[in-house]
Amino acid sequence: MSSDLLNSTYVRWMEPGPESDIVISSRVRLARNLQTVPFPHLLDDKTGQACWQQITQAWQKSSLKDQLELLSFNNLTALDRQILMEKHLISPNHAEANKFYQGLLVDKEGQLAIMINEEDHLRIQCLLPGLQMEECYKRAQMVDDELESNLSFAFDEQRGYLTACPTNVGTGMRASVMLHLPAIVTTGQLNAVVHYIGQLGLTVRGIYGEGSEGMGNFFQVSNQITLGQTEEDIIANLTAVTRQIIQQERTLRENLKNQMHIQLEDRVCRAYGILTNARMITSNEALGHLSEVRLGVNMGIIDGIQPYALNELVVAIRPAHLQKRAGREMDPLSRDIHRAEVIKEKLTSRKAKPGSSPAAGTSEEK
Amino acid sequence: MFCDECKQKPATVHFTQFFNGTKMETHLCDTCAAKKGALFMNGQFSIPNLLGSFLGHTFGILQQTAASPNNLTCSHCGVTFNDITHTGKLGCAECYREFDQALEPTLRRIHGNSQHVGKVPSRGGEKVLIKKKIERLKAQLQEAVTAERYEQAAEIRDSIKELEKQLE
Ligand SMILES: [Zn+2]
Ligand SMILES: [Zn+2]
Repeated sequence: MSSDLLNSTYVRWMEPGPESDIVISSRVRLARNLQTVPFPHLLDDKTGQACWQQITQAWQKSSLKDQLELLSFNNLTALDRQILMEKHLISPNHAEANKFYQGLLVDKEGQLAIMINEEDHLRIQCLLPGLQMEECYKRAQMVDDELESNLSFAFDEQRGYLTACPTNVGTGMRASVMLHLPAIVTTGQLNAVVHYIGQLGLTVRGIYGEGSEGMGNFFQVSNQITLGQTEEDIIANLTAVTRQIIQQERTLRENLKNQMHIQLEDRVCRAYGILTNARMITSNEALGHLSEVRLGVNMGIIDGIQPYALNELVVAIRPAHLQKRAGREMDPLSRDIHRAEVIKEKLTSRKAKPGSSPAAGTSEEK
Repeated sequence: MFCDECKQKPATVHFTQFFNGTKMETHLCDTCAAKKGALFMNGQFSIPNLLGSFLGHTFGILQQTAASPNNLTCSHCGVTFNDITHTGKLGCAECYREFDQALEPTLRRIHGNSQHVGKVPSRGGEKVLIKKKIERLKAQLQEAVTAERYEQAAEIRDSIKELEKQLE
């Protein structure tokens, strides 16, 4: 079943979910370590082997046995690891890991994943479409309880769950939402929002973490503090703040529609035109236009495009997915050409009426 | 005012952040601000980057607050406190106990807090769970006494004694 996650673009979070016009996905990640084993950055082949065995045996004894599949990173190519990273199933750091004691336990739709020997021995992740923090939390806790019955986790009465980096100690929990905020960005309110978020102990990053800030107007909001707050408080806080941001984004979208209807339509339609006519395109430019089209679809300016297809495209245009699809390594120029083809195919193959939207020229012909 | 980072050039970017009521001020020069990766155009920074540098040697927080524990070594994994300030990572679970004093201010700075209040594992956390139960019972006991429900209070007192025995 791993072949599906590695060979197709599909992951569960791409599906529609609650509030998914603005919230792409929700995620809860729990960091856990084994009591007597040094943290992953100090492991060698021998201790790594023992650590890997403890973890995999605990998994095999648990009820998760048939639900998750084990991937060891020394059996995966660098490209396959990057595929997993582009789908948000492993972190960018973990994508560079290639030791036999590093790997991933994952279900077939990528909803549940356990990173093994990334920064911590275990990182339990639940990733669901739309705004579903409580559900993510519930499922991640279930996995934690399940593993805990066979593993002794490093825990201290005062400091909580002990993690390699002190920024995660305590609950070991990082909860996050992926948001699409084009109206907040367009109206220049982003700084105010970021400032507000920062004061509430939350932090903002780009779609692929550090260095991808603002790409495609996608933002990841997550809790900054892991010590001194309960898991329930963290989840409730993040959910409440997310609901406020959703409210603001919706109000601003409505204002744009009322006051700048033609300008908005123009933007959306131009973006659609470029995406369906470009012969080559960088991923940054593509993400920018995909953001406009996504806004257009969610505001009823364009119809006939499934939101799912747009989420899928965000991943399908990344370098590893492009190269996997082409079945060969590609230089940046060939990727740009290939990317334009993938986008055009995806957006024009729909069997839907173009609605009030642009026919986008003659892009239907091959 | 000079840049917090390089301490050579004048600080031109000023940044204030609040964590649980703790005020955190950062002043950087243009070059260092750019290096830190300004999150958005006008002076909003990526907080994780700043936190990372708190743990690294650049901000000097760890050295400052703990009186030269740098050559302290964890007897379990062999990592020194100096290593930790450079990598930002502890070596093993025991490091938290070995470097407890030195870590305290860092934890406060990151989290605005240094006491865990969240989930407790049922395995390895048995004592903590009992203690929490005792705390809850003591509050109930207080209530019962205030409301003059003495029979109930006696029952609660017995349960507390029972639990305290398990702790010994
Ligand atoms: Zn400087
Ligand atoms: Zn240690």
